[in-house]
Amino acid sequence: MADIAEIQTGLAEIVEEVAGIDAAEVTPEKSFVDDLDIDSLSMVEIAVQAEDRFGVKIPDDQLAQLKNVSDAVDYIAKNQ
Amino acid sequence: MSVVLRLAESVPGARLLGLGSFQPDRVVTNDELAARVDTNDEWIRSRVGIESRRIADKDTMLVDMASDAGALAVKDSGLEPSDIGAVIVATCTMIDNIPNAAAQVAHRIGIPTPAAFDLNTACSGFAYGLAVAADLVRGGTVRHVLVIGAEKLSDWMDWDDRATCIIFADGAGAAVVGPAPDAESVGVGPVAWGSAGDQSQTIRINPDTRALHQEGQAVFRWATTRVAPVALRAVELAGLTPADIDVLVPHQANLRIVEAVAKRLHAKGARDDLRVADDIIHSGNTSSASIPLALDHMRAQGRLRSGDTMLLVGFGAGLSYAAQVVVCP
Repeated sequence: MADIAEIQTGLAEIVEEVAGIDAAEVTPEKSFVDDLDIDSLSMVEIAVQAEDRFGVKIPDDQLAQLKNVSDAVDYIAKNQ
Repeated sequence: MSVVLRLAESVPGARLLGLGSFQPDRVVTNDELAARVDTNDEWIRSRVGIESRRIADKDTMLVDMASDAGALAVKDSGLEPSDIGAVIVATCTMIDNIPNAAAQVAHRIGIPTPAAFDLNTACSGFAYGLAVAADLVRGGTVRHVLVIGAEKLSDWMDWDDRATCIIFADGAGAAVVGPAPDAESVGVGPVAWGSAGDQSQTIRINPDTRALHQEGQAVFRWATTRVAPVALRAVELAGLTPADIDVLVPHQANLRIVEAVAKRLHAKGARDDLRVADDIIHSGNTSSASIPLALDHMRAQGRLRSGDTMLLVGFGAGLSYAAQVVVCP
């Protein structure tokens, strides 16, 4: 089980790999769409990698609810 | 009374003997679509990877495109039309299912009395057709089979739906499959195929509009995670490893899916110089036609060489999928 800090770091690395955004930019308050300019297909790729890395399921309907980086970190922490 | 039935004499295997393709002349740019629906060139390029596509006029029918592609493949194989014993047309976009496309196409090309049937596994249709053709040849049922993927998706578009009308296009591609005289010349490997009917509703005809509808995110997730394992299975079934593959030709659904499949193959040992089909950029998604179109175009561009080991992987509505390793004719 990863703790909040580990999830935050791991998720930022995934975002960097999928979307080419510096992991340091992927801070909790950032919105995936509005701040980081990540499109819906990249969100799916991020979700798939997060599922593998953290052992969670992130269905598409849940994914749509994850607006900010912190939403995703919290969701993973609760469901891993 | 019990009898012993005689069977056709089998051959060591099948191989590709020729390729051909046809696309309508009319090029439709992203800007042209952006004039009609709320989209733009940058959005389409970044999401789907398409810069332009070919759309048939209303008088150019699916059978016309299939016949042109098929005739070119027969010519390329060095055979005469009368040498072809079976015609398979993979398609999901016939407006009327009776009569089928294959018999009409055979007649147009001048193939006298072949077995002729259509096959519908949507975007995986060419790979399915190739698998059936290879086994017909291997079993000695037919000596030469013409396999065609042909689609007129423009007949099934809602031109006001920006999620689909930017993606799909028209065209046809074909290959001739014939016998391999010995084990060393076998050029079509075993198929890895299957279906996922639990997700059948993710790509379907909307009963109200009679237009193609797809749940983009769900399909993208399936394609980026489930297709590469099928491709890798086909490599394994052929007794090879990913490092043996020279050319990867995934169904041209979306350039980002193509790239995702390639990335997973690289992670499993595919070489850095793997050539990856990107025909979608100028052809759009032509469903069952996309793999043979990509093959014919790559060959014309000098990106394929005779003897190249190529990995084909089709996937799409059904959901259905099929992959095999083939040797470039």
